[in-house]
Amino acid sequence: MAGVLTKIAGPVVQASGMRGAKMYDLVKAGDEELMGEIIRLEGDTATIQIYEDTGGLQPGGAVVNTGMPLSVELGPGILTSIYDGIQRPLQVIAEKSKSSFIKRGIVALPLDHSKKWDFVPTKKKGDKVTKGEIIGTVQETEVIEHRIMTTVAGEIVDIKKGKFTVDETIAKVKSGKDTKDVSMLQKWFVRKPRTYSEKFDPVIPLVTGQRIVDTFFPIAKGGTACIPGPFGSGKTVTQQQFAKWSDTQIVVYIGCGERGNEMTEVLSEFPKLEDPKTKKPLMMRTVLIANTSNMPVAAREASVYTGITIAEYYRDMGYDVALMADSTSRWAEAMREIGGRLEEMPGEEGYPAYLGRRLAEFYERAGRVSCLGNEKDKRTGSVTIIGAVSPPGGDTSEPVSQNTLRVTKVFLALDASLAQRRHFPSIHWLGSYSLYQSNLENWYSENISAEWDKQRELAMSLLQKEAELQEIVQLVGPDALPEKEQAILNSTKMIREDFLQQSAYHEVDTYSSMQKQYTMLKTILRYHERSLSAIDAGIQLKNILNLTVKTRIARMKEIPEAELKKIEEIGHELESQFDSLLVK
Amino acid sequence: MAVKEYQTVTKVAGPLVFVSGVSNIGYNELVEVTLPNGEKKKGQVLETSKGLAVVQLFGATTGLNVNETRVRFLGETMHLPVSDDMLGRVFDGSGNPRDKGSSIVAEDRLDIAGAPINPWSRAEPRDFIQTGISTIDGMNTLVRGQKLPIFSGSGLPHNKLAVQIARQAKVKDQGEDFAVVFAACGITHEEAGFFMRDFEKTGALERAVLFLNLADDPSVERIITPRLALTTAEYLAYEKDMHVLVIITDMTNYCEALREIAAAREEVPGRRGYPGYMYTDLSTIYERAGCIKGKKGTVTQLSILSMPGDDITHPIPDLTGYITEGQIVLGRDLHRKGIFPPVDVLPCLSRLMNAGIGDKRTREDHRGIADQLYAGYATGRDLRSLSAVVGEEALSETDRKFLKFADVFENRFIRQGPYEDRSIEQTLELGWELLAGLPEAELKKVKVAHIEKYGKKYREKAQEEKKE
Repeated sequence: MAGVLTKIAGPVVQASGMRGAKMYDLVKAGDEELMGEIIRLEGDTATIQIYEDTGGLQPGGAVVNTGMPLSVELGPGILTSIYDGIQRPLQVIAEKSKSSFIKRGIVALPLDHSKKWDFVPTKKKGDKVTKGEIIGTVQETEVIEHRIMTTVAGEIVDIKKGKFTVDETIAKVKSGKDTKDVSMLQKWFVRKPRTYSEKFDPVIPLVTGQRIVDTFFPIAKGGTACIPGPFGSGKTVTQQQFAKWSDTQIVVYIGCGERGNEMTEVLSEFPKLEDPKTKKPLMMRTVLIANTSNMPVAAREASVYTGITIAEYYRDMGYDVALMADSTSRWAEAMREIGGRLEEMPGEEGYPAYLGRRLAEFYERAGRVSCLGNEKDKRTGSVTIIGAVSPPGGDTSEPVSQNTLRVTKVFLALDASLAQRRHFPSIHWLGSYSLYQSNLENWYSENISAEWDKQRELAMSLLQKEAELQEIVQLVGPDALPEKEQAILNSTKMIREDFLQQSAYHEVDTYSSMQKQYTMLKTILRYHERSLSAIDAGIQLKNILNLTVKTRIARMKEIPEAELKKIEEIGHELESQFDSLLVK
Repeated sequence: MAVKEYQTVTKVAGPLVFVSGVSNIGYNELVEVTLPNGEKKKGQVLETSKGLAVVQLFGATTGLNVNETRVRFLGETMHLPVSDDMLGRVFDGSGNPRDKGSSIVAEDRLDIAGAPINPWSRAEPRDFIQTGISTIDGMNTLVRGQKLPIFSGSGLPHNKLAVQIARQAKVKDQGEDFAVVFAACGITHEEAGFFMRDFEKTGALERAVLFLNLADDPSVERIITPRLALTTAEYLAYEKDMHVLVIITDMTNYCEALREIAAAREEVPGRRGYPGYMYTDLSTIYERAGCIKGKKGTVTQLSILSMPGDDITHPIPDLTGYITEGQIVLGRDLHRKGIFPPVDVLPCLSRLMNAGIGDKRTREDHRGIADQLYAGYATGRDLRSLSAVVGEEALSETDRKFLKFADVFENRFIRQGPYEDRSIEQTLELGWELLAGLPEAELKKVKVAHIEKYGKKYREKAQEEKKE
């Protein structure tokens, strides 16, 4: 069935003679067979968003409907790839077109269909399987085992072992009267969430190694977080830190309408960086979706869906997946741009009225779930979504930020003034929040220390107190405060500078284990406690400030994970220095 | 696509011409319009459907009428003839020679819209460019393949800074082919003259290609001027192995032209009347910078934009900042104090700095010293406003040191002459010298070993001076 192009204006085109086409069907338009998706139907006229540049496209050109919605290929070979917004592998595009630029109309399959993978069955002939059950495994990269899930339920009548391509049949499953072939390849429509059997409450933290996040604003595995901030406030570096150090097995990183050089940085850095646990390059567990700002806007709209579907697929294998979307504002803008071309009635600030719904649907695809499959080999997997938001002028009262805040549970408020004084990560401690704290309390007290919560609350209340005291200082100067309050300001400065600040570029400081975070904060709070009691005992503040242990505390963050004992030593030194101060 | 000619203009609105009765016109196709008096103008198809094409004219629509005007559709999108003879030449905003030279004998004809660089084919930009300006080299390092705009305001010396960068920019121990492509979007004759004179004086003109759309040239032409410049730059970089610095000034005028067209098309306006797709549109300009695997040449972009009302949250600087790899911001306060270049370092940023600095590139202490200068200056600035309220006496001794540091930093580090070319070593040493005024316990951003290695001599000197 072929229609005819009737109107072209930017990325949105119209075609007539499209009777029978369904919404979101994938079409190929013009001589170059540009890919597009039907986004509106009216009689036999279809409105189509084209995923490629439409320059030179003419009315009268043919439009062929594939009859299938936009879908992704799921199977071994996804990891370590870099895709564009509609899962075309950028490396293959570059090799095929022999050009460093993305030319139009290039067809490239997401997976390598000629590569043979070593398939090891975990089921045998005669086994009964349900939909989504694992029937075998493939070593996809050195660190990740790709678990092949059957798409057919029934009895296995044949299952093979050995090297196969993703297209070849690896098992035959008899369901009812039919016998169906099962290969390692699945296709899934990107706009439809993948199915699971049950969703759980998020009760396990996502350990990111970033002190301010793990200690003060924890993200739960299967949870959602958003990072809004003006440009230059460190969104991208924060996102990349999460991608590098989060304790998930799989990372999906979506560069949605962002800079080309940033993706290059990830591409060149991740293969070199070592995962702290497996000691293998981080790239081996990473998928990148790069639809940079100058790439077609319709593909940018699709990129977020492509990414989340891949994330859900690995979740279904029983893995913990972290998905970074940088930036969801660009995604929303793509919706706005296409909505504008459709001449839709705009909602707030020109964004389409369905913006809130789309954002909520996306974040709702996060979660910790019990996967499909047999009761006996029950697996849990999770998808955690961390979305960056780029509000114009850093003003979070705009629609994308507000709609995002309504659905996400962690809010990491980036602050430009902190970034300007090189306080990184520039997450503001008073403006941010996490609603997972109470969910995660148990985990912290079981795995780290029963004191964790108390300690965090004390530190936070000190920071709160500091904000109040600072207002007074602005009026009367710091010297006018009583010594005890000056001591509080001294301690909170330590919390800010020696704990909250963390350098992403320092080889040791870039990652802090939970244990290190706990000990560091404990030391600072102990210092605080001792200085208050010393003042009570009549010691002058300036003598406390002269204690040399202060400099050692400031350098605590540079102590490697293997030498955590040294932090405790600092703790001992602290006690003895205060003791001798009191003796004098 | 074949050439087709029509005489069926039905409507003219602002820069837009509506042509009816047409068939098979391609989107973005190039158009040549012949006015009743024989004058020819170029244009581009903005929208095409069966029987109607909307054409955006690069030039005034004065003298156009509906019955006699002839419209030729040229059957291809806009292409620019390129060759390395373009070096040393001056063109108008549409790519026609503006100097007295002959037209270009094309070695190639390139689509001016360009194509996005495949992120996979990009090479990581990491060659440090020394601009000789301390605030840039020391704290917001520029690297080859970066796009770093200058956010300025009316009346600030951004042009002077831009020519200084163009004049002084060099990569350590490399004498490779270097070229400047300059695109003027709606700047005045005087400003254009300033650039030309400076290029001429320093001999840079031979290595430069200039595209000039001046303030009295058609505003819609500004849509293509930067694209012509970037197409030329890409050709010189990726085909002729040159390192190209592209200077575009002033992007604010470009955005105004974009808004003008959107308004003429009666599109739904976004923020402040600018079209909703301005981010995407700007990205097709800014993203045309970078390094490519296997290619010697690079494209580095330095765009200048004036922030309306010095407002950094205005849509133009805002969207730009989200696309570019950092920004250099000029401050009016510093300018009033008579400090040149008035680079307000606090809101400045270079995102690619880390790749270009450090051991073997600049020096191992570079990152630490930059962060320390930032932190120190920010603290000093805060204390400045505090001391205005409570008086300097109410501050502690350490605070007073910070206060003094902020002043010295502005007067010695930021301030430098328009012809003063500081090497990176000079900049870093100056940084250490200024930091000697702060207590060692406050230097948390620099490594202890570096204080020992680089900072000690200045600290000892400062101690001695104090004693005397």
